[in-house]
Amino acid sequence: MKFIGSGHGACPGCGLMIAVKNVLKALEGKCFVANPTGCLEIVSSQYGRNAWGVPYIHSTFENAAAVAAGIDAALRALGRKDEGKAIVLAGDGATADIGIGCLSGAMDRNHDIIYICLDNEAYQNTGHQQSALTPPGEATKTTPVGKVLPGKVGKKKDMVAFALAHGCPYVATSSCAIPADIRRKVKKAASIEGFSYIQIHCTCVTGWGVDGSKSIEVARLAIETGLYPIVEFVDGKLVTVRKIKEKKPVIEYLKMQRRFSHLFEHPRGKEILDILQKMANENIAKYNL
Amino acid sequence: MKLKIYFGASSPPLQSLNLKTGDWGTHFAVVDKEKCTGCKVCEQYCPEDCIEVKESGKEKYAVVNYYYCKGCGVCASVCNFGAIKMELKEFFR
Amino acid sequence: MKKVVRGFYAVAYSVKLCRPSVICAYPITPQTEIVENLAQMYADGELENCEYITAESEFGAASILVGASAAGARVFTATCSQGLILMSEILFNAAGLRLPIVLVNTNRALSAPLSIWNDHQDFMVLRDAGIIQVHVENNQEVHDMIPQAYKIAEDKKVLLPFMICMDGFKLTHAYEPIDLLEQETVDSFLPPYKPEYYLTTKKPIAMGCYAPPPFYMEFRVAMQNAMLRAKEIMRKVFREWAEVSGRDWGEHLAVDYPNSRIMVVAMGSIVAPLRKVVKELRSEGLDVGLVKIRTYRPFPVEDVQKELGSSEKIIVLDRSVSFGYEGPLSIDLKAALFGRSVEFYSYIVGLGGRDTSKDFLASIIRNVAHNKEKPGWAFKGYKEFEEVIP
Repeated sequence: MKFIGSGHGACPGCGLMIAVKNVLKALEGKCFVANPTGCLEIVSSQYGRNAWGVPYIHSTFENAAAVAAGIDAALRALGRKDEGKAIVLAGDGATADIGIGCLSGAMDRNHDIIYICLDNEAYQNTGHQQSALTPPGEATKTTPVGKVLPGKVGKKKDMVAFALAHGCPYVATSSCAIPADIRRKVKKAASIEGFSYIQIHCTCVTGWGVDGSKSIEVARLAIETGLYPIVEFVDGKLVTVRKIKEKKPVIEYLKMQRRFSHLFEHPRGKEILDILQKMANENIAKYNL
Repeated sequence: MKLKIYFGASSPPLQSLNLKTGDWGTHFAVVDKEKCTGCKVCEQYCPEDCIEVKESGKEKYAVVNYYYCKGCGVCASVCNFGAIKMELKEFFR
Repeated sequence: MKKVVRGFYAVAYSVKLCRPSVICAYPITPQTEIVENLAQMYADGELENCEYITAESEFGAASILVGASAAGARVFTATCSQGLILMSEILFNAAGLRLPIVLVNTNRALSAPLSIWNDHQDFMVLRDAGIIQVHVENNQEVHDMIPQAYKIAEDKKVLLPFMICMDGFKLTHAYEPIDLLEQETVDSFLPPYKPEYYLTTKKPIAMGCYAPPPFYMEFRVAMQNAMLRAKEIMRKVFREWAEVSGRDWGEHLAVDYPNSRIMVVAMGSIVAPLRKVVKELRSEGLDVGLVKIRTYRPFPVEDVQKELGSSEKIIVLDRSVSFGYEGPLSIDLKAALFGRSVEFYSYIVGLGGRDTSKDFLASIIRNVAHNKEKPGWAFKGYKEFEEVIP
């Protein structure tokens, strides 16, 4: 049984689709998907070309957490909780920027939903503009490299801390490079009553500027450099950490991608590279990766 | 005949299965049955959900559905046994 | 059973009798006590099989109801003013998704300047959303309208959101003796909501697909068709309600003294004092009648033509402005009566809670009747001013 159909319109090598199919597989299709506007919505829900094999709704860009909360409330009121769990499959912009109000409300009320943030680190659907989850130094269309500026100046919003601050009973990160980890965490989230937040790092081949065949390699390097720590919290306590066998310098990850290529030439490139390496080092120290 | 439209721009499930995406790419995945162990790693990763381990008699190996394969090369990149090669399509040679 | 209650309670109690599955709202003056009453009923366990959620904003509330309604629940919310326009993106969306969400708007002015008081500017923003809009004159009417709203919105031939507009403060805060409905009356009138089009894992559909140019237009035509079909279904439901409750509120319009030479047109609570004024003016010998607009969308063009098409002078009392043009109700009436030889006297009154006393209303009508006014539009009831920079 397929829960998301082949024939969808994602770019070849798209990390989102790897994450999504593993999420749906873990839930055995017993779920209701609320999907905000974004890449995933555009490639899967064109009228007449629906790719979804599970009940699905797209309302607007910024309200998926609330829509899922409403589905959950309806299932509870109508005695239909046995049909499945309301889940959100949202991009990073819909999560950390425009939809953060609805997300905060839903987390605070602790609805029984699984919120999955598919983090490809920019607004990729509209052609690669920066979001709150774009890392420093990334060249996007709205944080372009110029004579003065070296891409995004600022930081990647810490959504794990945001979820933990809301007291979410389950908070985790994962990556499209490790589908078994995605499935395990989604199953775990499904077994927990209350709000689960799972942030999955997903390669965007076009936005990041990598070949589809390098999709997994690049996502794996994000983990192995310490830039994307794979962690899991239950009731606010850190329960698992994905250890890195052989830690790699961040430049190995960065040099593979067009979005960071300027850092090796720009006058402020070294400064940003140092910031990114420092971020990785801090993650390694914080989680003992 | 009148056009039928689904209420409120809703859609029935899995309509995308009718859409051929196998002609998107320049390459396609070719499985070496001898090297393939049927471990299913490629299955988990394929973004198109179009590679599947099938059993025929005693053999167990991955089969690519070329109706959908966009030739991204993810399966080849994750195969631990070097059993998948990306080949340029005849058309592009 | 007659009981003296506030407008808030008249709404909340009727909502309860309709057995909603999900209620979600965010507090805003002058809507607050509607949701406070419902919250109390929820706290007391009086709302069976119902989830009550206090959202983080009106935007969140409307979004939660989109999810709940899409999953097959009967839902309710109430809001107004800034809250309504914060909801507006989602309400437009809900109409396109064809979700029969019922909401009560406690009509209030829009900011800036901030005003919590009553006028009709807020719901005008939603005029073109594909949402049915009915206006009530008093708290008995709003109490009666709620079961009818569900019955109309959930009709298979309609399936559109339904908005009941009641004037903030003037109705919400007013104590009136209300003949509170019995549960059996509502149960026999309003069947449980059994959607055919909803999210379920048993028959998974995708809702809210995006439609490229070859598809989009048909869905908007379908919405318009549903709106136009609603006119007839509403008429039927209004008639049925008159029989069930013994209270006949009229159809899309309610007319006092039809075919008078001068017809006054208004909607909302201002109709109640106008009714008295018109009666008094008739005793002075003026040939004046009154048309109360109950249904504002779908706009009852045919009814308007029938009731107003042969009058000589029409006085429209708008309580909002289409800035750069004139009062929206007047614009709609003129379009409906295009080509008829009727004079329009269109006045915008009572913005932001500005008083519209009986004397004020009577003087407006008298001036028109005694040919002291030229046809056209004007603001009435404001002070002459000059703008200066502080």
